[in-house]
Amino acid sequence: MENKTLSMENLPRVPKNTGWRLFIQTVIARAYPRLIGQQREKSWMFFDIFLPMMGVAAYVFVYRAIQAPEDYIGFVVVGGAMTAFWLNVLWSMSSQLYWEKEQGNLALFIMAPNSMMAILLGMALGGMVATTLRALAIMILGSLMFQVHYAVGSFGQLVMVFLLAMTALYGMGMMAASLFLLLSREAWHISNLAQEPVYLISGFYFPIKSFNFWVAAAASVIPLTLGLDAMRQLVFLSGPSLGFLSVPLEIGILVALCIVFLVGARYLLAYMERLAIREGRLTESRR
Amino acid sequence: MDFAIHTQNIGRIYKIRGGKKSEPKELVALHDVDLQVQRGELFGLLGPNGAGKTTLIKILTTLLGPSSGLATVAGFDVVKEPEKVRARINMVSGGESSGYGLLTVRENLWMFSQFYGIPTPVANARIKHLLEVVGLQDRANAKSSDLSTGLRQKMNIVRGFMTDPDVLFLDEPTLGLDVGASREVRHFIRSWVDENPSRTLLLTTHYMVEADELCDRVAIINQGRVLACDSPTNLKRHLQQEAIFRLEVSPLNGLGVEAFQNLTGVHKVTHSPQDGFAVLQFILAEEQALAAVVNVMAANNIRILNLQKCEPTLEDVFVYLVGQSMEEVERSGE
Repeated sequence: MENKTLSMENLPRVPKNTGWRLFIQTVIARAYPRLIGQQREKSWMFFDIFLPMMGVAAYVFVYRAIQAPEDYIGFVVVGGAMTAFWLNVLWSMSSQLYWEKEQGNLALFIMAPNSMMAILLGMALGGMVATTLRALAIMILGSLMFQVHYAVGSFGQLVMVFLLAMTALYGMGMMAASLFLLLSREAWHISNLAQEPVYLISGFYFPIKSFNFWVAAAASVIPLTLGLDAMRQLVFLSGPSLGFLSVPLEIGILVALCIVFLVGARYLLAYMERLAIREGRLTESRR
Repeated sequence: MDFAIHTQNIGRIYKIRGGKKSEPKELVALHDVDLQVQRGELFGLLGPNGAGKTTLIKILTTLLGPSSGLATVAGFDVVKEPEKVRARINMVSGGESSGYGLLTVRENLWMFSQFYGIPTPVANARIKHLLEVVGLQDRANAKSSDLSTGLRQKMNIVRGFMTDPDVLFLDEPTLGLDVGASREVRHFIRSWVDENPSRTLLLTTHYMVEADELCDRVAIINQGRVLACDSPTNLKRHLQQEAIFRLEVSPLNGLGVEAFQNLTGVHKVTHSPQDGFAVLQFILAEEQALAAVVNVMAANNIRILNLQKCEPTLEDVFVYLVGQSMEEVERSGE
């Protein structure tokens, strides 16, 4: 260290924002690593676009082989794009607080005067924006490769459904992040366990109307299920005939899910923080 | 009096879960700790690994709840008013790997500055200045994953000082650093406190020299209890009447330190086996007691390789209080 520049006396006292300014600063700062990470680690193009495209292609070829209606090809491409969000929520949202703890960041997040909700929101927004690029890439590539035709009825409703589905989905991810932190080392196994069943019951590659009503209703707890169903109804001609519920009803349920998950995330996070501080789990392995 | 840190009977018990059928066991990490640290003080917590230093720091930084007692930092209760405490503190731990490897040093520091609400232009100016202070300006745009342990620790130190806290906690800040880097970090820490009397710094260390060189006052802690608390000079003054000898001898070949401990005039003995020889440290009531020690060695064919009379150090104070050296305590803990 250079002694000649050691003095910090010439630096003024540090002004510090509080309240909503601090909240917004925290959200942006925590979103930053996710956004910049995408730019620096180009390997995602292979792992997050090329590999999911293989799954999409497999379903497309199956549907073509059995001469399914052409809109089914579009269903698969849209579903394939949306899997990117599910994987992001599962691996980069739900498990994230656990990884932050292992890395030593969680203690620093909690010790700072910011809100942990702002940290989670930053993680969610950063993940959402970064994943939107991946989803768009899959959608554009899939649409071009398999010549998907879209017939968008209402852009307004489409955007609203997408935003509501994302809000509810990432709200669920924020809630799961607190749960996974309490479950500690089992988080990894739970993520593994949840990945494939959700592919199935959310109808990523087929309309959930194919399920029994009660199975489809239960699957609707996962926001992507209804989001995907409503989006398919809004962008494909045969969509409404294959939809599970009407679009307005699905929008209403998505609004309710947004509220439940976001409020739940807030309370669960506060509970987790209290419990972790009481039991000493923020920085240590489970005792 | 207005203390920067004040604890009253702070205790912390961890419940350790056993098997499915066994009852959880209790581990007392802290036992009725009373400390008063004045504003502007550089205060040291000195003790072996597992003594309770880090547990106490976690309580004071609101990361861990105490099982009993009260603690205030910067005038605010750590349990009832954690938000007010958090706005006034920061912490750096030795060997921490915080931040994100994908981000550059500057980006990581900027991110953490935002969590404290520092406006970006101010944060950037402070980051630039502090990186120059620690000699890391050339690596500002390097990914933090590319930094060596020493450089990463310097980045962590900038993170801690960047927010200009009222009370800064440094938990083993020189852990893993080489001798030169440790000296630089110590110099920087001392200067930071000296520059502004409103700044308070609590440092934990198990390096005696570090505590001796840096701290205005030191609390010696072992097994969750504070055994003594005073300035390093005053602590060492307690041993001015004794004679302290350090002997390098041939291996003891099964002879226990009890053979020396029972001699008249021998207060404490520590034994540290080395590669091919052993180091014995004696705290004697008076110099004459050394003759009996040498006689025991001669009778057991132990050769004296080196003999040195020492000035008392904090290590000797620790031995005097605990009956074992820190190294011995850590070994027995393992």
